[in-house]
Amino acid sequence: MDPNLNIIIAIVLGIIILVFAALAIYHKKLSIAIIAAGAVSLLASIMYLLLAAPDVAMTEAAIGSGLSVIIFFYALSKIRKHHG
Amino acid sequence: MVKKLLLLVLLAGAGLMFWLGVSDYQVKEELNPIASYYADQGLEETGAANLVTAVVVRYRGLDTLGEVTILFLTASILGFFLIKGNKKETFRDSSEILKTASRLLEPIIILAGVYVFVNGHLTPGGGFQGGAILASALILSYLANPTDGISKTLLKVTESFSGLSFVIIGVLGIVLAGGFLDSTLLPAGSIGNLISAGVIPIIYIFVGLKVGSELAGIVTNLKYAPKNESE
Repeated sequence: MDPNLNIIIAIVLGIIILVFAALAIYHKKLSIAIIAAGAVSLLASIMYLLLAAPDVAMTEAAIGSGLSVIIFFYALSKIRKHHG
Repeated sequence: MVKKLLLLVLLAGAGLMFWLGVSDYQVKEELNPIASYYADQGLEETGAANLVTAVVVRYRGLDTLGEVTILFLTASILGFFLIKGNKKETFRDSSEILKTASRLLEPIIILAGVYVFVNGHLTPGGGFQGGAILASALILSYLANPTDGISKTLLKVTESFSGLSFVIIGVLGIVLAGGFLDSTLLPAGSIGNLISAGVIPIIYIFVGLKVGSELAGIVTNLKYAPKNESE
């Protein structure tokens, strides 16, 4: 791929990642914050692919945006029940 | 006010430290000695077409064993604290769409996971990635059929068996080959074949099974965890 195009994609990805990260921290609704954190992981895995690290990208996509989101949601449902 | 000022000073100090570390950074044109040894000799020594796998399983095999142990400890501690769940809990029935889709997708996801860790020495990916994909298929089945998932006993047996096999292969390396987790226990074979690279594919299959069953076990424990304890 053209290196300039690579850099442009990386910059756009970085900005979107920052937006989702801010959403994950500052959003009032916890479920939306969890999904935003998962989206950060998914986009970060694309970034790793651009940086020629497919092994790390696969781990990030499977664990960061798949499993940890589900585990967070399970934990959130337990916490909700505790608060009534 | 004083608090904010202190915070600003702290931030400025941290920024200065990072700046001092980064300002004279130059991109290295050549690899350091160890990395260049791996890059030059790795393919010949291990026969693994994927160099990352060669490093993870062969040269840093002990670290991989440590990682698997940490994951095992995490799963055990979670199981220890969440064991008091009442299993007679009623779950809401999941939707027809989820049920049908999971019946279609589960075999494909499991196949993809198995492919990733069986081909770990040839293509990107390996035990950890394949195991995580395997676990996500099991979690999908939990979501679709909350009442009857895969049995906990099967998960435990798979996990213990694969962990034990990993260590036994490592010890066999001491007895029969050059050292702990030496991949030359089996002949390297021709590079690029499915059966090649010594014991690396076997170790990765066990790592994949172990990681998959552990992650699925964590979610099972969370599912059966007590809900209304405080009320």
